[in-house]
Amino acid sequence: MAAMGQSGGASRGLAALIARRIASAALTLLLVSIAIFLMAALLPGDVAQETLGQSATAEQVAALRRELGLDQPLHQRYFGWLAAMLAGDPGQSMVANLPVAEVIAQRLPNSLLLGALCALVAVPAALAIGIVSAMGRGGRLDRALNIASLSMVAMPEFLVATLAVLLFSVKLQWLPSIALVHDEMGWGEYLRGCALPIVTLSVVVIAQMARMTRAAIIDQMDRPYVEMARLKGLGPVRIVLVHILPNAIAPIINAIALSLSYLLGGAIIVETIFNYPGLASLMVNAVTSRDMPLLQACAMIFCLAYLILMLIADVTAILANPRLRAR
Amino acid sequence: MSGAVLPSALARARRLALSGRIGLALMLFWLVVAIIGPFIAPYPPGAFVAMEVFEGFSARHWLGTDYLGRDVLSRLLSGTRFTVGLAAGAALLASASGTALALTASLGGRWADEILSRLMDTLISIPSKIFALVLIAALGSSIPLLLLIAAVTYVPGNYRIARALATNLAEMDYVQVARVRGESRRYIALQEMLPNMLQPLAADLGLRFVFIVLMLSGLSFLGLGVQPPDADLGSLVRENVSGVAEGAPAVLMPALAIATLTVGVNLLIDALGLSESKR
Repeated sequence: MAAMGQSGGASRGLAALIARRIASAALTLLLVSIAIFLMAALLPGDVAQETLGQSATAEQVAALRRELGLDQPLHQRYFGWLAAMLAGDPGQSMVANLPVAEVIAQRLPNSLLLGALCALVAVPAALAIGIVSAMGRGGRLDRALNIASLSMVAMPEFLVATLAVLLFSVKLQWLPSIALVHDEMGWGEYLRGCALPIVTLSVVVIAQMARMTRAAIIDQMDRPYVEMARLKGLGPVRIVLVHILPNAIAPIINAIALSLSYLLGGAIIVETIFNYPGLASLMVNAVTSRDMPLLQACAMIFCLAYLILMLIADVTAILANPRLRAR
Repeated sequence: MSGAVLPSALARARRLALSGRIGLALMLFWLVVAIIGPFIAPYPPGAFVAMEVFEGFSARHWLGTDYLGRDVLSRLLSGTRFTVGLAAGAALLASASGTALALTASLGGRWADEILSRLMDTLISIPSKIFALVLIAALGSSIPLLLLIAAVTYVPGNYRIARALATNLAEMDYVQVARVRGESRRYIALQEMLPNMLQPLAADLGLRFVFIVLMLSGLSFLGLGVQPPDADLGSLVRENVSGVAEGAPAVLMPALAIATLTVGVNLLIDALGLSESKR
């Protein structure tokens, strides 16, 4: 009876702790929106003047300023922008002359699909490498994998992309070097077209994730229960799969969430190299054309994705650690 | 204090694993290239010296020619100076400001700590490339601005590590004694705490250098970093990217240069085993 009451209290405390983390992430997102708004407002010179060019009359500039809301004070503009973002209408793209929401709606699904496929490739590969590495801890294979993953983490994406194009598109001519995506394309065609971006983007993530998976498993390997299992005479494969993995699952999910955040930065280079019509290449275009409303909206989406991944990592860490739960 | 750092560093280098020695050699090689490179370049980096574009390796042009018939080796030597110089400057600036802010936060009382940490938590929640892109869109990308933007982007990460170190040190007896003795905050920060943070901070500096090299060359590769006529290693990859089809050294060599530099530093840091955190 007492035990039940206690466990109910613990899970309530846990729910409260997780709710607090979510609230804190929401607060961070709000502060991030202020930071991004202020950074974009640093823009020297007058956007209206720049858009219209030198020949514009003073009245035309003033009219555009009014239209863009640039004549209002900064804080008023921020709240206007925030309200519009929350309502799903972050303004008009200056270059495309379309609503930002419309431009993003065309690109966002492509990026989500690319990210999901990368995760699908990266997670099993990284788990396999991490587990194999941890099982042969200190051995030749482990050391080789350690050096390889250390090197891959520091490899620029465009080198991986260039080598992949050189090998698979130029020499072997198996895969296209440009990722064409259109509506009527089937799955096979899509996968063939996007194989190189997926591989390139996965490489860095796999290296990072494998290192963290290895660390999580090795952390468990020194525990008494593993020694017990070994003394019982169980084989190494059985010990890892049946005894260690269930205990390491939370740190591994934590590692996966943290590593997947590398996709966000990697996508910027990879989508651009392969001309993939996703959100990251859209954002690069927005920087080149200084299309601030579009840029701010893209940046907020990336920050939201990042915060969600961090939140997942955070919550699994709480669930994994009884001492954190009690706090 | 600083007198003991060099011999102990040498002793460490002798005990390094093979991967660490390779890393050290790569790092020193690129540092030397960055310093003397432009003096030993066979041609001026901007000169059109060959009729053939995207030539392969030859005795006249060791690393071939680029998309306009310029000497790749000469351009690589001058590009290395931009990449290494910018990244080293930005990494030093980021580490110095991050650590200064962290010491201020840990000694400056609750409010300073609260405000600074909240600010840094906010900034660290913006992925670094996104952060840099927004700043570049707003400010532009001249060389001094790039250095500043790269530094600002990586201040929060250094702050987080330095603050964790400083918070631990602030509880130490000798710091408490110094406080009781009535030493100034400045004295405690610089004389008592900073010397004991240097080793992990050095590892962090190395990691930040790697991140910044990767970010700056990525930006240059996108055409948003170093602007022509100047060119860092990322710009060289960008301008010659059409040579991939021929497997031209003009595109592969600068990309390999970046990779050997970053991988080298990474291997060295790992072998030294200084870094506390993996991120």
